[in-house]
Amino acid sequence: MPTAKAPTSLRRLFDEIGTVDQVGIEERVAKYTTRSLKKKSKVFGLRLAVSMVDLTTLEGKDTPGKVASLCQKALRPHDIGDIPSTAAVCVYPSMVRHARKHVGGTQVKIASVATAFPSGQSPLKTRLAEVHAAVNDGADEIDMVINRGAFLSGEYGRMQDEIASVVEACGTATLKVILEVSELETYDNIRAASFLAMRVIRPGDFIKTSTGKTSSNATLGNNQVMLEAIRDHFLATGIPIAMKPAGGIRTAKQALHFLIAVKETLGDEWLNNRRYRFGASALLNDLVRQLEKERTGAYQAPWNFSEATEGY
Amino acid sequence: MPPRLHITKTPKCYVGGAFIRSESGRVTALHDASGAFFANIPQCTRKDLRNAVEAAAKAGPGWAKRSAFNRGQILYRLAEMMEARAVELTEAVALSGASKAEAARAVAASIERVVHYAGWTDKYEQILGSVNPVASAHFNFTVTEPMGIIGVIAPDDSPLLALISLILPAITSGNCVVALASNTQPYPSILLGEMLATCDLPGGVVNLLTGLRSEMVPTFATHEHLRALSGAVKEADRKTLKLGAAESVKRVHLLKAEEPIDWFADKMQGVEEIRALIEFKTTWHPVGA
Repeated sequence: MPTAKAPTSLRRLFDEIGTVDQVGIEERVAKYTTRSLKKKSKVFGLRLAVSMVDLTTLEGKDTPGKVASLCQKALRPHDIGDIPSTAAVCVYPSMVRHARKHVGGTQVKIASVATAFPSGQSPLKTRLAEVHAAVNDGADEIDMVINRGAFLSGEYGRMQDEIASVVEACGTATLKVILEVSELETYDNIRAASFLAMRVIRPGDFIKTSTGKTSSNATLGNNQVMLEAIRDHFLATGIPIAMKPAGGIRTAKQALHFLIAVKETLGDEWLNNRRYRFGASALLNDLVRQLEKERTGAYQAPWNFSEATEGY
Repeated sequence: MPPRLHITKTPKCYVGGAFIRSESGRVTALHDASGAFFANIPQCTRKDLRNAVEAAAKAGPGWAKRSAFNRGQILYRLAEMMEARAVELTEAVALSGASKAEAARAVAASIERVVHYAGWTDKYEQILGSVNPVASAHFNFTVTEPMGIIGVIAPDDSPLLALISLILPAITSGNCVVALASNTQPYPSILLGEMLATCDLPGGVVNLLTGLRSEMVPTFATHEHLRALSGAVKEADRKTLKLGAAESVKRVHLLKAEEPIDWFADKMQGVEEIRALIEFKTTWHPVGA
């Protein structure tokens, strides 16, 4: 519950949208990890997860060459078996034009982080210019960060206005709004920020957990809070908002747990890559590794999947 | 004073530096030679084997990078830990009917074997590596490298000496081991795990599983992350292991469990056993002519 000290605007917001039962959420998500998935559903889930991956490289040392190999990996995650391509590649704005050479015209979309990712601490004008540049270079999707400073100091109008300006700058590109949940501190704040964002973005735009650049990233708990916010928003307005957890999802098993959360909270309508994505880099290899295990019956070695293993 | 309640022990397997029950939750009742119930031993599954391989993969690079001298120190400390609990180990080996004297001899031989390999860690390279004469302007030399993760399958007999004789040559050179203990006498492997945990050996370098050989052998055979299989198994299992190893291109170094094996013999230890589980790397280094 918000404390008595919380700004009146926040208290008014919670009167409308309700608060989060933290213990209840954590009990609920603990159950997701106990589901037993048998072979057919596991393979279905793994393939679905592959098709939902935004294959990401967001490092200072990114080069056009590294982006090129990332794009090839996204198009064809493995050389054996009919493994689907990923939903998108996710790169920095300066890499969009390089990615376009490789995945332009294919079903793999180009997502670009923008708005002074990951901190968002630049003048609005600069952030919008970055969005324009990425869209002009050919980005199909823009991942923006919200102004956490504005949110935490109670300037909700300003935070929403900024998101609205980015929506405008996106044109036809899909927008993903990164709440950076680890900096919002509480589940209540995550729910509030989700609603504030969902009220200004378009149907089919995303809310996204994190940048992957802070200590704690996507967890089943904050994923659940955001899924329930999407559900409540959808039931109240009929507007479907998509969801993207990002950061910290490394294993196929984790991905299946997240998909179970989607299935049981939002239903089959959200079990596709227009409504749900994974922001990840290492996850894809593990998904492919598990699919190969299901196909061949033998546990696989990591070096079969372009992973650095130091000979082990 | 009232009589104390008997405190019974839950045997657990040593995997990734932690003591685990099987993920399956299954156990096998173990009885002593008189037929009395002794303890419930975890009945590990192929998923436990998979988890153990993941643990070994994490520990491997660090272990291989330790200096040879440091690996020797750690192995010697294992001998120290075993020596301090030699009486307990002897009782564990004698649990299934071996006489106290036979068991004590097996424990003493096991500890001595640990010391033997502790000495080898910084010496096998000088014997197995070489500088090779070549007819060009190259300095040509061969060095050894550990293979990676080795699957060890221990025979039912000699539950301590055989198990440790199979594990030691692998880890001496920087390999990691996932081992399946004797099916009929698993308890010494449980105790050995407790000693491995206190001897400064990094967690995950040796992982000890208990469980049914019939259930685990097919997974040992096909698991692609295992680089070699070492053990003493019967003919049917040898066939399964060799077929799987051919598919996943791994080395097999197997003894015949249906024939008597003298684990005390000198030939069961030494540099040849180390050689069986390493890779050789030859380098051609140009030199000014």
